[in-house]
Amino acid sequence: MLRLPPFRFLRPGSVDEAADLLAEHGDRAMVVAGGTDLVPKMKRGQMEPEVLVGLGHLTELRAVHATDGGGVEIGAGVTLTAASSDRRVGADHPAYTRAAALVSSPALRNVGTIGGNLCVDTRCNYYDMSVEWREACGFCMKKDGDICRVAPASKHCRAIASSDTAPAAIALGGTVVLVGPGGHRREVSVSDLYQDDGQFYLAKAPDEIVECLRLPPPGAWRSSYVKVRRRGAIDFPLAGAAVALAMAGPVVEGCRIVLTAVGSRPFDVSAAGEALVGRELTGRELTGEDGLLADVAAEAAKVAKPLDNADLHYVWRKQMTRRAVVQAIVEAAGHSPALAALA
Amino acid sequence: MTIEAPRDERALRVVGKSLPRVEAAAKVTGSIAYADDIVLPGMLFCKLLRSRHPYARVLSIDTRAARAVPGVVAVLTGHDLPVNYGIMPTCEDEHALEHEKVRFVGDPVAAVAAVDEETAQAGCRAISVEYEPLEAVESIEQALVPPDDEPLHDYAGPANVHRLAALEFGDVDAGFARAAHVREDIFFFEGNTHLPMEQHSATAQVAGDKVTLWSSTQDPHYVHRALAKVLGLPMGKLRVVAAPHGGGFGGKCDPFSHEIVVCKVAMMTGRPVKCTLTREEVFYTHRGRHPVLMWVRTGVDADGRILAMHFRSALDGGAYGSYGPASTLYTGALQTTTYAIPAYRFEGARVFTNKAPCGPKRGHGTPQPRFALEVHLDKLAADVGLDPVELRRRNFVKPFSRTVNWLRITSCGLEEVTNRVLEASGYARRERRRGHGMGFAVSSYMCGAGLPIYWNKMPHSECVVNVGRGGVTLYCGATDIGQGSDSVLATVAAEELGLWPGDIRLVTGDTGLTPVDLGSYSSRVTFMAGNAAREAAAKMRALLVGVVADEEGCAPQEVEVRDGKVGRMTFEEAATLAEEHLGVLSAHGTYTPPEGIGGRYKGAGVGPSPAYSYSAATVDLDADPGSGEIRVNKVWLAHDIGRSINEMAARGQVEGGVYMGLGEALMEAQAYRDGLHRQPSMLDYKSLTFLEMPEVETILVETHDPEGPYGAKEVGQGPLLPVIPAVVSAVHDALGVWIDEVPVTPDKIVRALDARAKGKEARYGPKRFPDIPYPDLVKVVPPDAATAAL
Ligand SMILES: Cc1cc2nc3c(=O)[nH]c(=O)nc-3n(C[C@H](O)[C@H](O)[C@H](O)COP(=O)(O)OP(=O)(O)OC[C@H]3O[C@@H](n4cnc5c(N)ncnc54)[C@H](O)[C@@H]3O)c2cc1C
Ligand code: SF4
Repeated sequence: MLRLPPFRFLRPGSVDEAADLLAEHGDRAMVVAGGTDLVPKMKRGQMEPEVLVGLGHLTELRAVHATDGGGVEIGAGVTLTAASSDRRVGADHPAYTRAAALVSSPALRNVGTIGGNLCVDTRCNYYDMSVEWREACGFCMKKDGDICRVAPASKHCRAIASSDTAPAAIALGGTVVLVGPGGHRREVSVSDLYQDDGQFYLAKAPDEIVECLRLPPPGAWRSSYVKVRRRGAIDFPLAGAAVALAMAGPVVEGCRIVLTAVGSRPFDVSAAGEALVGRELTGRELTGEDGLLADVAAEAAKVAKPLDNADLHYVWRKQMTRRAVVQAIVEAAGHSPALAALA
Repeated sequence: MTIEAPRDERALRVVGKSLPRVEAAAKVTGSIAYADDIVLPGMLFCKLLRSRHPYARVLSIDTRAARAVPGVVAVLTGHDLPVNYGIMPTCEDEHALEHEKVRFVGDPVAAVAAVDEETAQAGCRAISVEYEPLEAVESIEQALVPPDDEPLHDYAGPANVHRLAALEFGDVDAGFARAAHVREDIFFFEGNTHLPMEQHSATAQVAGDKVTLWSSTQDPHYVHRALAKVLGLPMGKLRVVAAPHGGGFGGKCDPFSHEIVVCKVAMMTGRPVKCTLTREEVFYTHRGRHPVLMWVRTGVDADGRILAMHFRSALDGGAYGSYGPASTLYTGALQTTTYAIPAYRFEGARVFTNKAPCGPKRGHGTPQPRFALEVHLDKLAADVGLDPVELRRRNFVKPFSRTVNWLRITSCGLEEVTNRVLEASGYARRERRRGHGMGFAVSSYMCGAGLPIYWNKMPHSECVVNVGRGGVTLYCGATDIGQGSDSVLATVAAEELGLWPGDIRLVTGDTGLTPVDLGSYSSRVTFMAGNAAREAAAKMRALLVGVVADEEGCAPQEVEVRDGKVGRMTFEEAATLAEEHLGVLSAHGTYTPPEGIGGRYKGAGVGPSPAYSYSAATVDLDADPGSGEIRVNKVWLAHDIGRSINEMAARGQVEGGVYMGLGEALMEAQAYRDGLHRQPSMLDYKSLTFLEMPEVETILVETHDPEGPYGAKEVGQGPLLPVIPAVVSAVHDALGVWIDEVPVTPDKIVRALDARAKGKEARYGPKRFPDIPYPDLVKVVPPDAATAAL
């Protein structure tokens, strides 16, 4: 079988100590939470840390609690199962719990954490392979090589941002608290955690650890997340749309749309949703008769530039991005997904 | 000694019952020892270094650094194993380690044995191989063009063609000339792989001058032969044991590099050696479903009766011969076992490409043409304004008849499986709503190949039944690969001896201890080993009955054998008494297929079988008109099994077949990009999970085959076949588009819908069939119509 290469495992007493250990060991070290992303990648030689700093045992990372302003704070070590089944979070932020519940499979969600999911590696089928396969193919710039195999003219890696919860957290206006060496803490929007580069996809410093995710009080915002994938029991997203609508009765007062799996970072395409602001979302709009939602979706999906580095045809993935947007809007507006099928 | 005539079948006590399989508890509790569970003292671990090039000449191999790695005990290259081998005598084109040319990414070039797997792997990494890359052949079309470099094999040609076949039965041109309507279609079936739960594993041990190999193999006998050839040892010095299996499906039917290598290392070092493949290596070892491009032309009369059919296939064989010649002929052989085709022409070709070699997978060579044929008939029915079921019925073969290509049909439940499945599924009354569809198809499969893979006159299956103080032990070379053959053997013996299957001790799949059985392929074990076991056990029964009758002073016919008793004696008492009178209690049985079940032309060896099973399926699904995503709601499958030996096990086979068929229909693709397997991992090679698996309603139809054991026929492979075309047909029913390429994925459906929206053909699929230099047709006179009925 594929063997795990040797590494040193460190067990810090706190998040602060973990950040210090990261700083101490530099780029030879990585943190590991549930390990569902990292461990298989170590077996395939995609990541070769000599030192792993464990977070799994830190109970301080495993709490969910209400914040003073009516929001919620979810520790980075909370498992996807726990987060997705939290009633309070589910009532206020359905897009988030839905996204968490749609990650991979039950077994992996029992182990995988929400922090690990925010930091999950970008994906590409020229890269998510064993070292032997990649050697046969020719290495690419994300690991061990210097060109991009799927887009040889590209100056940077185009691997696909594949977190399900990140787009939901962004659409909900979420922030994360990052802990750096010396106990230094800063809070940034989830969106600012990412940059559009498949190789260096996280905008944080390598020795910063995500301590928790904060979601503000929902107010008038209603939300949903729609995921496109081949098999509902296991697969990564081929496209995903998180939509939050601020509703005053049937009238849209605000719209946020965030896409995942369409590029190397989650894309906030809320500008495309402007067209909905001030509009009533009832019959005609939702059945797609007037083409409003289709137009919004087409505009939103413009950023999606799928390449031949994931499952199914890239043209189909682009088409499905539009459908996911329409469906997520309809669901967020509180209507049945069956209506979206007509759009 | 004479064997009693089969007893009244109504009196069967064990056969036909739903009983847990004999190995079920051991599998469920984990106590069974699969090949990789074998651990021997002092055992070494072996890894293979595999080619990273699709096609290259090996210029040199430097193993010095590998030998210097601490813990490495042996390093082998092709020079250590220079003898070629292959499953079929006509294409022994493989070497355990290639030392001249590598032909696909994954082709083994060297082996390292070490104290543990990590060290063996490190040893492999330390080997440096100098290659001269050659231009890779990546497609059927490319293989037909003379290569700039050399062809993959010396015996290939023209270009990279491996094998051609061209046969004609009856006057096809005349048939087309008389036809009221003629239709042509082109189809493509993408390759896919077996995906067994268990990766291949082999362990070898040397004791004195004898070598024993334990392997997850489906046919120890053929491995035994290949080992003797490559290792240069007499067969008597070699013993091959098929370890309990974690799934075969045809992927463990060839002799493999790792099996030969571990034996060689054990011989060199004197230590036991194990090699277990990684999942990725299993994708390279493959021998799975061939990608096949097909062209079919059929002419019918005004009533929809087939007058002539012309079928062409082109198989992408991958890098080696494997079972290729048989696979090629199978794409043309069984069209005639469901439909009476009075004039039939088949032209087939298999080409070499620089990909993992293809071979037999559940249904070997027949799912591809079955998909093409059934979908083609659906379209033909629409052309002539007939209901697709009705068109089929008008052409169904008759029981106890002879096909135009000389196959002998005996019991045939085609009408009944059709009726039962249509009735159960309510096909005719199906709900018409947007995106909802149902599809129907039929198929047939063999109960064992009529001929062995290499020419020999041994029986195809032999069994020995011994009785003593250890109870009843049955010895048979057959291998349980998860299909339940051990349970079949135990049930047959138990039936004859008045015991329960759990009372029978089994020794199977061991070339050192058991008499020959050719192996678990072509759905042969129930029919062939089942008959051999029945003969052996019936003889044993007669021995016991004779002794007891003497003792009790009655006629043998008066001695009842049931419920653990022989007459008034317990089985144990009877056995002891018999041993006192007769000494060693041993009886044997054999099975050889009858003569005359096929034709006498070149190529006639593929297709004949002592019996054929029949299946029919209806598939109910919803297909999303916006995304092309498919949800299969339910599958009904009726299967003419002759008689089920164990009903629960038979249903399990049907469900497994439906599962695999749906996977092939909807997702599975052993696809390549730039000469490289696109997705050699379980996450990226898509197959159904529980979530996608629909309810299956299994209907077992019993036609009591006159030659099967208790009337039994096969169930391991046949039920997969109709599922694939039924899915395609259901998608057409739902959305009005034809997807003439398997797997039917959502992106293809959307492409077809988009094409229709633009006023183009509402279809996705191949548009042309290449020009293939088929040889002159071998014209075979069909069986005389007058003597056709047996
Ligand atoms: C078969 C399979 C299917 C999957 N399907 C999906 C899917 O559908 N959707 C999806 O989103 N993911 C999927 N995943 C990926 C993964 O399981 C999830 O993203 C999971 O949430 C990762 O969490 P973890 O705790 O296991 O992360 P780990 O593997 O422990 O870590 C992942 C990465 O994040 C870093 N990291 C972890 N925690 C922190 C932290 N607190 N601060 C900073 N960095 C951190 C690690 O260093 C590592 O680089 C799948 C994985 C597998 C094996
Ligand atoms: S996008 Fe290009 S560079 Fe990035 S992983 Fe894929 S092939 Fe490599």
